[in-house]
Amino acid sequence: MMAGIARTATTADAFNAVAEPRRRQLLEVLAGGERPVNDLVEMVGLAQPQVSKHLRVLREVGAVDVREDGRRRLYRLNGHALKPIHDWVKDFERTWSERFELLDGVLDELTKAEQGDEDGDE
Amino acid sequence: MTSSGTATVTTPTDEQILITRDFDAPRRLVYMAWTAPELVRRWWSGHRGAMTIVEIDLRVGGMWRYVMEATGGFEVAFHGHYRELVPNERIVTTEVYEAMPDGEPALDTVTFTEADGRTTVELLMQLPSKEVRDMVLASGMEVGMQEQMDLLEQIAISLQEPS
Repeated sequence: MMAGIARTATTADAFNAVAEPRRRQLLEVLAGGERPVNDLVEMVGLAQPQVSKHLRVLREVGAVDVREDGRRRLYRLNGHALKPIHDWVKDFERTWSERFELLDGVLDELTKAEQGDEDGDE
Repeated sequence: MTSSGTATVTTPTDEQILITRDFDAPRRLVYMAWTAPELVRRWWSGHRGAMTIVEIDLRVGGMWRYVMEATGGFEVAFHGHYRELVPNERIVTTEVYEAMPDGEPALDTVTFTEADGRTTVELLMQLPSKEVRDMVLASGMEVGMQEQMDLLEQIAISLQEPS
């Protein structure tokens, strides 16, 4: 029981959900559209129980949704649940974008200085 | 021409971060701005503080050290040693965040590629583990000072205008 709680605690966020390469692969496949489990098993090349286990982790964090279609279970991506990851990387990207905007200014001056030297005016 | 928000960050493997950005300048100048201390001083802290120390010993085995005083008063310091230098083309260097000096340093590879007078810079950071990689990515948040950005962006724009 304790082990079960601990496992849930470590897997129940988007970051842990995508930390596993097979789960990222499943998300990539699902990014192409809704798929039945059988397709997923075939496409990632794992046994069904393992695929189901990974899908369960993804469902726990809301990264995939499932619906019944007759006897089939269809999985689809829920990109919104992955937004925390996107936001997190975005912030690092913003830091570098700020640096590069300033670097643009430096380069602009260097370019002008060189052109000035060549033209002998300015 | 300047552009904004066009840097892309990807994570090719669990231990890597790849930053890519185009510049409207020949790579000779981009390399210069990347390696001349008085120029690095002007952009490396972004809008998040001011550079207090920029030391660059640009030769293989040589050391660099950047210290920034972040808005809010705390110091952020990095240093490393150059492993490989191909002028205007490629820099390979270690990178140590001095607040976390233990453990294996990051290894950065910066490549400068020119086409039609424009330069693409690719900065590949190889981190020792996924945990460290994730920490580096998360660090962008700690120093986020949104309210400063508008003001500082105006200063950056004014730098770009011909004098």
